[in-house]
Amino acid sequence: MDFTLKIWRQEGPQEEGRMETYPVTGITHDMSFLEMMDVLNDQLIRDGQDPVAFDHDCREGICGMCSMFINGEAHGPNRKTTTCQLHMRSFKDGETIYIEPWRAAAFPVVKDLAVDRSAFDRIIQSGGYVSVNSSGNPLDANAIPVPKDDADEAFNAATCIGCGACVATCKNASAMLFVSAKVSQFALLPQGQPERMSRVQRMVDQMDKEGFGNCTNTGACEVECPKGISLDNIARMNRDYLKSQVTGE
Amino acid sequence: MAQTGILKSSLAKKYAMAATGLFLCLFLAGHLAGNLQLFTAAADGGRQFNEYAKFMTTFPAVKVLSYLTYFSVLFHLVDGIVLSLQNRKARPVRYAMERASTNAGWSSRNMMLLGTIVLVFLVTHMQNFWWQMHFGSVPMQQLEDGTQIKDLYSVVAAFFHPDNGFALPAIGLYLLGQFALGFHLWHGFSSGFQSVGLRHPKFSQIIGGLGKAFSVVVPVLFSAIVVFMYITQA
Repeated sequence: MDFTLKIWRQEGPQEEGRMETYPVTGITHDMSFLEMMDVLNDQLIRDGQDPVAFDHDCREGICGMCSMFINGEAHGPNRKTTTCQLHMRSFKDGETIYIEPWRAAAFPVVKDLAVDRSAFDRIIQSGGYVSVNSSGNPLDANAIPVPKDDADEAFNAATCIGCGACVATCKNASAMLFVSAKVSQFALLPQGQPERMSRVQRMVDQMDKEGFGNCTNTGACEVECPKGISLDNIARMNRDYLKSQVTGE
Repeated sequence: MAQTGILKSSLAKKYAMAATGLFLCLFLAGHLAGNLQLFTAAADGGRQFNEYAKFMTTFPAVKVLSYLTYFSVLFHLVDGIVLSLQNRKARPVRYAMERASTNAGWSSRNMMLLGTIVLVFLVTHMQNFWWQMHFGSVPMQQLEDGTQIKDLYSVVAAFFHPDNGFALPAIGLYLLGQFALGFHLWHGFSSGFQSVGLRHPKFSQIIGGLGKAFSVVVPVLFSAIVVFMYITQA
């Protein structure tokens, strides 16, 4: 398979970026998208050019590092799929493919397709943890009843890999899906209750400080999320934040 | 309490947007219920409609509601502009290629445009009727007991009369306004519930269905009234 790639190139955070066109040939349909990028970079290095910088790590869809906006969609055209799990058989031979970095003021470009997502880390640091002492409890953890539905929902929220596709695809660059998943994974479980109200306040405040946009409930994030995180989490966060403000806890 | 406080946070702005928007939905339902009298108002020369109009502009409880409505419109407008400007700032560099239609509905992505069309309509609409009723010169109608009330019906009837040269363009703008309102509500109604966290597998589908029905029925009936007024007077 042969492709024409239109890729965003930017030397550094302060440099001007531009779209550049690269042909790639000899791609097989069972290559992953990142392997196709490896082939391109191999060519570029052989030609004495600067390879395209892009984030990647586990390449098995669980780490949340890969982050490309492919042909107008986060992680490309397939649903519930990260870029590393996207294969070239999803494209037509000879197709032109646009590849851009996540676009958000809160995710500045480091180089080419790699963006700085440490805003997510700071949101987690602001409250995405449990600091109450849950060890040394005279009651065995297994003796604390947790409804199956709550456990399932908490687990579903916890499957968020923090890749940032929700921000990238949202027309407002809002981080509500990510933050609400990280709020919900504790809000639904017993050990999350003591800090439930302060947690949602601190995480929403940090989200605002980072310069993400406001949620307008378009639902694009849920559609593009590689882990299928539900808008139910955003509603839960809206509820909890409102409650935390009304009760003043 | 939160460091940034209820009035500053992004979520608080969304609560305000939802509360004012859903209140304005109630206003629309009330306004439509009153306007439906126009279908039969010609029979009694508009007397019942005029008495209703007098009640709506003088009864104290309705006065309070009307001030709440003005406030909601202005707050919804200002809040919407602030949110839109912040959202623009959150993505300073646009994508070269974007396929937004694959993951979100058209109306949800164009609320500002739709709201602006509704606003333009609203300004002309209030100038034509609300301003006339409150500050303009409206002919008086004599009742049997000798009292006189403002004949708002004659103003409305004359406005949508084929003899009025501006009737057709005005109806065109009216229909455009209702079209935009319908699409604005198509997303806005259920979005308001989501913003305040009212979402549950048991009743979210009902809210969604109710929102879709409301966004179709209300603009269609408002439009039907003006078309009816024009055709029956032709």
